[in-house]
Amino acid sequence: MAKRVNITIDGRNILAEEGRNLVEVASENGFFIPSLCYFETIDPPLGTCRTCTCRINGKFSPACTEKVREGLTIEVNAPDLKDMRKALVEMMFAEGNHICPSCEKSGNCDLQHMGYELGIAISRFPHLFKDRLIDYDAKRMIMEHNRCIKCMRCVVEIKNDDGKNVFSYQNRGNETYVGIDYKEEKKLTREQAVHAMNICPTGAIIVRGESYGMPFGFRKFDKKSTRPDYGTPVKNNNKRNGKPAKKTIATVSLAGCFGCHMSLLDIDTELLDLVELISFHKSPLTDIKEFSKRCDVGIVEGSVCNDENVETLRAFREHCDLLVAVGECAIWGGLPSMRNSIPLGECMEEAYLNCVTSEEGNTIIPYHKDLPKMLDRVYESREIVKIDYFIPGCPPDAQHIWKAVKNLLWDENYSILYSEFKYD
Amino acid sequence: MDAQHANTYLIEPPRTQMLNRLWEFQRAKQYISDADIITLAKDYNISEIEIEGIVSFYHFFHRKPAGKYTIYLNNSMTSHMKGFNRILEAFERETAAKAGSTDPTGTFGLFLTPCIGLSDQEPAALINFYPFTNLNTLKVRNIITQLKKGVPLEEIYDKPKKNILFTTEDKASIFFSEFKSGSAISSLVALQPDGVINALRETRLSGRGGAFYPTWMKWQAAADEKATPKVVVCNADEGEPGTFKDRVLLHDVPETVIEGMIVCAYAVGASFGLIYLRAEYTWLQNRIEKALQRYRDKGLLGKSCGGITNFNFDIRLQLGAGSYVCGEETALLESAEGKRGEPRTRWFYPVQKGYLNLPTVVNNVETFSAVTRIVELGVDCFRSYGIEKSPGTKIISVSGDCKYPGIYEIEWGMTLGELLDKCGAEDPHYIQESGPSGTVLTLDEQDVPFAMFAEFFSQHIRCGGALTIFNKNRDILDILLNYADFYKKESCGICTPCRAGNYFIERKLERLKNGLANHEDIEELKQWSIIMRHTSRCGLGKTATNSLINTIEKFEEYFDGMIQQDKSALNVGFDMEAAIRDYEEFKN
Repeated sequence: MAKRVNITIDGRNILAEEGRNLVEVASENGFFIPSLCYFETIDPPLGTCRTCTCRINGKFSPACTEKVREGLTIEVNAPDLKDMRKALVEMMFAEGNHICPSCEKSGNCDLQHMGYELGIAISRFPHLFKDRLIDYDAKRMIMEHNRCIKCMRCVVEIKNDDGKNVFSYQNRGNETYVGIDYKEEKKLTREQAVHAMNICPTGAIIVRGESYGMPFGFRKFDKKSTRPDYGTPVKNNNKRNGKPAKKTIATVSLAGCFGCHMSLLDIDTELLDLVELISFHKSPLTDIKEFSKRCDVGIVEGSVCNDENVETLRAFREHCDLLVAVGECAIWGGLPSMRNSIPLGECMEEAYLNCVTSEEGNTIIPYHKDLPKMLDRVYESREIVKIDYFIPGCPPDAQHIWKAVKNLLWDENYSILYSEFKYD
Repeated sequence: MDAQHANTYLIEPPRTQMLNRLWEFQRAKQYISDADIITLAKDYNISEIEIEGIVSFYHFFHRKPAGKYTIYLNNSMTSHMKGFNRILEAFERETAAKAGSTDPTGTFGLFLTPCIGLSDQEPAALINFYPFTNLNTLKVRNIITQLKKGVPLEEIYDKPKKNILFTTEDKASIFFSEFKSGSAISSLVALQPDGVINALRETRLSGRGGAFYPTWMKWQAAADEKATPKVVVCNADEGEPGTFKDRVLLHDVPETVIEGMIVCAYAVGASFGLIYLRAEYTWLQNRIEKALQRYRDKGLLGKSCGGITNFNFDIRLQLGAGSYVCGEETALLESAEGKRGEPRTRWFYPVQKGYLNLPTVVNNVETFSAVTRIVELGVDCFRSYGIEKSPGTKIISVSGDCKYPGIYEIEWGMTLGELLDKCGAEDPHYIQESGPSGTVLTLDEQDVPFAMFAEFFSQHIRCGGALTIFNKNRDILDILLNYADFYKKESCGICTPCRAGNYFIERKLERLKNGLANHEDIEELKQWSIIMRHTSRCGLGKTATNSLINTIEKFEEYFDGMIQQDKSALNVGFDMEAAIRDYEEFKN
């Protein structure tokens, strides 16, 4: 048996086997360190995603590339470190085009899981919307480059029976992507191919015939957090004196599907209690078109895709004390932003001229001075006005919306359950 | 030829010839074809995608014909200051090729590349890797006319000037004084390996590539390693924009570099040496190879080097292929092994497992050169220069807004102000030390000395070898955008904070440029920079935002002038006109 050595994690002494990987040792001892590129069987560790960055003997360093040795002092949960690790996961969301509601891996995705565990409602970084391919040319698999986080797992792990690599990084810098070798990929056995799909931390590798007919995976990350301390219920000790003052809410759906509004109504009978306490002003629910008074909270669904959306959003900002972006579209663009990597002209031609229902010579691209003008791309709501709160989901869980809104209106303490925090 | 010599002492696996094979294909027809990729995949028994990955990593390898004459015009900041745009226009006009492509006949290919190590003679370009310096539009026209007439490049290229402008106050020079081959080797037996390492310790020599890790500690660690054979690598991948000191050393006194490697091999017990030369310095390759051959002919390299029994050592030269990150030592090792130049994790250090997993010492050109001089001249002579904690001299490449750009060999301890005086700095305002990954200095720091180690914790400038001077008329944001673009493209692309981070930084700077930013954007730039600094895998990402952080700290008023001042603004900067421009154009 290997020698046992003393290490310190966040001030706690731990006896651990010398030479073992720090990520594993920390996790066994109840310390949650997010990790994405780390995979038990890959040795030496990859150290590419950097999301396990801790302070090791006073120096910033990823835990996955650290071997346990005598006297190691590790800081995991300092506020700056937590923020840094969160930022790294946010970077991945902003760098790729991660549309959870339309992804086969949703529910089984390591990246999504890390987002849930870290409570990422929005990425602090601007979404890049880089044009990325979906490579259908391989016989066995589909490479969805929009979802790849370049963790290197498949690059080092997947070889065919000839011992040749099937995946390899291509290009460098911001053009880096993971290329697939069509010749070598053909030679993979079914097991090897499925293994590739399974070790991919996102839905970038999809094996034909293994995911479309029947959903694959078990949505293992949907219900319960792997962290013991996640979403500890907060006791509501905010005593109200009598009935709280009645508040006014305005809602709007910009470029959205009204799904978030539907979700808003999903609290069922609780809605009756709530109506006593709030009134809706400008909203599709009341059909009030113009603001005639000041509102306490404005709820914004949908992204900003034309000049009218911009004006509406600015009017909301002007008339509401607080603005809440509800749902993925309002938060970062969501499904409508799928057009962001395609020039506007091409989008319009495809939608109005070349689509299956158009008749040759009989369809035009509508243009009239009264019609809203399309923007060059779909914008997030926070690119136009200051947004005070973000509620993720497609659509967000009804409880999540109301807990947050009640907190904003009456300072009610609340905690979001792991199962109420979703991107799809 | 030279690979054979070196391989007497280390059998390198065939794969290490990857870059050389790719160069053969590239030179033969100015690109690497599908058939070439298949050939290589067969020869090395690896998948084609892996070869494609290597080819696409290095920007001097092309998958489409890059022209009979491939022109690489430097687009670094010093080039921009001396009229890059005009020269680019001239090249486009004369060759009929647009930047990034070839002309219709395939005669000329025109491409942009970051710093080619000629910052003192900008604007400069490489044509089929022959240097052309101090370009102007007329000169460009002449060059292209001559080439069209079929005049060989060898006859018209510019031999870059040495530009050694200053060597210490008493005109003595440690680095550039006359050197007789073998004069350091001859004292090795008397010193013994311990004596060599001790001399380095006493002179406090430390890594001159800019990291300043104590050389003796590295060598001692390598000497202590049990595994054999051991390897000595000279890092001649001088890629930091604005740096050209190694170019001059390799051109003028390549013997001192070679001999430094021999001294190292003796001290640590190595039998194999490798010089990794950046492809931008291809024009120096012959000179270095010839110097190596002279050393072999004199018995100073090869079996029983310098007549020392049981000391067998030879050196091979490896040419890079265009990648800044390969200056990082572990990326360099990967590249030399014939792979993509991706920095390794610190799971092992190169002295434990370096080149081909053998114990390896990697040092900079200037470090090896200094080693030779220390052994040749003696510790006391070396120590008589400089200051107590930083003995000796340092070579600094000065460029930008100054009268006399060139090489300055200064004694440690000289102040910034003194150096600015000597080079005739013109209205210096924004002074970049050690290139974009270094520190930004202002005139407030005129009295700060250059030093490796602080004397009594005082402020000091730990200069890796470049000083780039910008005057008041240079737009700081243009400088920062140029750096951001550089790092975005040169990041190896495998770690998140560097690959994505540099991209985010660039986007934010563009926002600033477009007048849409507010004080929160500045704050975010700073925070993101710090995240990148702490979480990136290698030095590239860790230092990519150094200049940005410095600028925000030292040029506060500059940013104040360009951001929206209303701190309580609820509307975020948004340019409606720009956002609907596409639509307005499309409907017409």
